[in-house]
Formats: sequence, structure tokens, C-alpha cells
Amino acid sequence: MQDFGAAFALAFELIASFDADLTEIVGLSLEVSLAATLIACAIGMPLGALLAIARFRGRGAVLVGVNALMGLPPVVVGLLVYLALSRAGPLGVFGLLYTPTAMIIAQLILITPIVIALSCQALEDLHREYAEQFRSLCLSRGQVVAALVRDGRMSLLTVGLAGFGRAIAEVGAVIIVGGNIDHLTRVMTTAIALETSKGDLAMALALGIVLLAIALGVNGLVLSARSVTRDAAHA
Amino acid sequence: MRDHAQPPPAWAGVEARAGFRITGLRLSAGGRALIDGIDLAVEGRGITVVMGPNGAGKSLLLKLMHGLIAPDEGQVLWAGEPAGEATRRRQALVFQKPVLLRRSVAQNIDFVLATRQRRDRTRRDALLREVGLAERAGQPARLLSGGEQQRLALARALATEPEVMFLDEPTASLDPASVQAIEEIVRAVSAEGMKIVFVTHDAGQARRLADDIVFLHRGRVAEHTPAERFMADPVSEPARAYLAGRLYL
Repeated sequence: MQDFGAAFALAFELIASFDADLTEIVGLSLEVSLAATLIACAIGMPLGALLAIARFRGRGAVLVGVNALMGLPPVVVGLLVYLALSRAGPLGVFGLLYTPTAMIIAQLILITPIVIALSCQALEDLHREYAEQFRSLCLSRGQVVAALVRDGRMSLLTVGLAGFGRAIAEVGAVIIVGGNIDHLTRVMTTAIALETSKGDLAMALALGIVLLAIALGVNGLVLSARSVTRDAAHA
Repeated sequence: MRDHAQPPPAWAGVEARAGFRITGLRLSAGGRALIDGIDLAVEGRGITVVMGPNGAGKSLLLKLMHGLIAPDEGQVLWAGEPAGEATRRRQALVFQKPVLLRRSVAQNIDFVLATRQRRDRTRRDALLREVGLAERAGQPARLLSGGEQQRLALARALATEPEVMFLDEPTASLDPASVQAIEEIVRAVSAEGMKIVFVTHDAGQARRLADDIVFLHRGRVAEHTPAERFMADPVSEPARAYLAGRLYL
């Protein structure tokens, strides 16, 4: 019990002193997950909006497929990306394995279906409300998507954060394609797994606390943004 | 509402070139005929009021005329063209419940102007003045009162410079001042050449606005006559019962 107490004390000390290793790991984690989230949003939100407004044969099957992909096992994604990026793989020529880029690709594959499915759900209701008016105005599909994305921006912000939450907390895929290499591809989750197995609980706890703080901070930001928007009654 | 010292609005001089020719129009849902063989000719000018009891098919007829929904049978021709996207681009529809974007009053107009490649702040401000919302330009549209929201919807419809404007019970559940404001705008744009097709339940409103009245009953045209004649001596029994406040089954 005393050991745990000491570990917590040391963890807070590492955070308070901006420990170089800790800062580097946190920085890389944010860099990788933010990049993956931004790219996933750029791809997934317009696709989700298109799926929300489009009516075509097989739409139900596509929705079921996208929803099923939300539950992709990270280790399987990690394995597939590993195979694709390894020297013998189709993308081996780019030499991306064990780089932050490989980790971004793995996270991107994991969170893009989440962004598509949640965006579709968020914008479908809005589209139901606007659809007749938009048809009356003879808007093109692109104009409809742009309007839905703009007016549904607060819901989409929440979608983006859900994607970010999944990305930053992910460990299985990034450890396979990143390799958890010190000063190169070590992120918070893989470092926590490593430090725990080594028995260095202070570092693992410090990283865990930072991870929780980031999750809380991000959610706090969303709530603030939502309340500001609601006050302006644009929502 | 309108300031006649100001230059004429952008839709001034818009000519409604021709009217509607509706033949054999039918629409069913769930085995029930909602529009049951409508043949109708509507002039390209003035204010046509569509009246009838609930479920008579007034809103459906409006949407069919605007080309928002396709009939099972029959045809709507406007200026010789079948109703569809091409005709819809030259028309506007104001819904009973205004559908406003989650944006400011001014941005709601800007949005429509941008979709028509006519970003023009002066024109937007003129439209907002026309409907008495200039002071509210920066406010969120969804914070407006019901009457103001409907006037904004009207301004947005006018921003498309339509030759025909359909209004589906735009004054339902509004206070008398808001009703008067909307009727003034409708009369003004009609006087400047825009064709108006106006759905209402209110016989008083029909009396104030209509040049001619289409009375629907059970998805059929029971009567289509000039407004004065309709009010003085309706020909059909359903219309007589409606005006007398009697239930006609």
C-alpha cells in the first residue's frame, strides 16, 4: 500500500516537473491521435453526411457495414496494417513501419468508421428537418452536405471527440505497427503497458493521470463550446 | 410594412408569364386516394387561394404544383413545362412551419443568395427591410417569434426572385399583427407581378387576399371561382357547408 502511495507521489512529481520523457510521450500521443482524428473527420464527416442524405439500393447494408466496422478489433487492424507496411507488403516500399505515420494510419482505419457512422446519425435528423426546404430550393448534393455539416457542427464536434477518445486510448494497433520504440513511437498507452510490466508504476500512473486529464479536458471543452453555441441559440 | 419612398424591390417587374394547367392528377397512399383526379387551370397572375377542410389535399396539391412530389397519374404544367426541378428553380414555397437554418437572420438570406450565386449584402438588407427584420439581422433566426420567423421565411423565398410563390398556411397560429404583416407583403409582391398560390383555412383571409378560390374536398376540386362570387354564392355544397361552418361528410 505504501508502495502505491509512493508511486502516486512520484507520478505527480513527474507531471509537476514536466519530466522530459513524460512530455515527449504525451506530445507524440497527442500528435498521432490528433492527426488521425483530423484526417478521419475530413474523410468521415462528408461521407457520413452523404450517407445521411443519399437514398440508394443497398444503403441499409452499407449502414450495417459501417456500424459493424465501429467495433473493429484494434489488434486485427494493427496486424493488417503491419502486413501492408512490412517490407514484403504492398506498401513496404514506403518504409513506414515503426513510424508515427504507421500509427496514424492504424488509428485512422479504426476511427474513420466511427466518424462516418456517428456523423450519419447526427446529420440524418437535421436532414429530415431541412430536406423539403432544400428540395424546394433545388440545392445540389454538395450544397446540402455543406449546409448540414455547417449547421450540425456542434454534433459533429462531439463526433470528432468520440473519434479522438478512441484514438488516444488505443493500444493494440499502435503497439504492433509502431513497435513502442523509445523516443520514436512510444505513446501513452503503449508506455503504460510497458512501464506496468516493468514494475515502474510511477511513470505508468503519471501517464494514466495525464491520459485521464486529457479526456476530461477535451470533454470540458466540448461542453463549453456547446453551451456557448446554445446561448447564441444557433443550435 | 413597405416604404414606398425606397427603390422598388428586386422582384419588382417579375412577370408571371403563364399559368398552371393540371390534368388528371391523382396521388394515393396506403390504398387511399389523397388527390383524386384534379383538373384545374390557374392563371399566371394574381392571388389564388386554396381552401378546404383538413385532409382535403390542399398542401399536397401545393407540393404537386411545385414539383416537390410526383403524382401517381396526371400532370402539372406550368408555363408549358412539366413540374419538376426546372420549374421549381423559378418558384418558391413557404411552409406552414418555417424551416430556418441554425444561423443568424441575415445568414439565412445569405445562404439562399449564395446558392443562386448572388451574394449581395445590399439586396439582403433590402429584403430584411421589406419584411421589417432589418433590426434583427444579427440575431439567431431561431430566437425570433413565430411571426418574425415566418416573415424571414418569406424574405428568404423572395431572395430567389421567384415568378410563383406558394404559401402553405403561412399565418396559421400567428397573432393578428403578424398575419396583417404577412398579408401586406403578399399583396405587395402580387401587385408587382408575382403569382401567389396561398393555402388557408381562414375564410376572412381568403376574402382579403384572393382573386380566385380553389375549394378542395376529399382530394377533388369542388369549386374554382372568382373570390367575390365564391364568398357571395358558392356553387358547391361542400363549399357552402364550409363557409356556413357546417360539417359536410
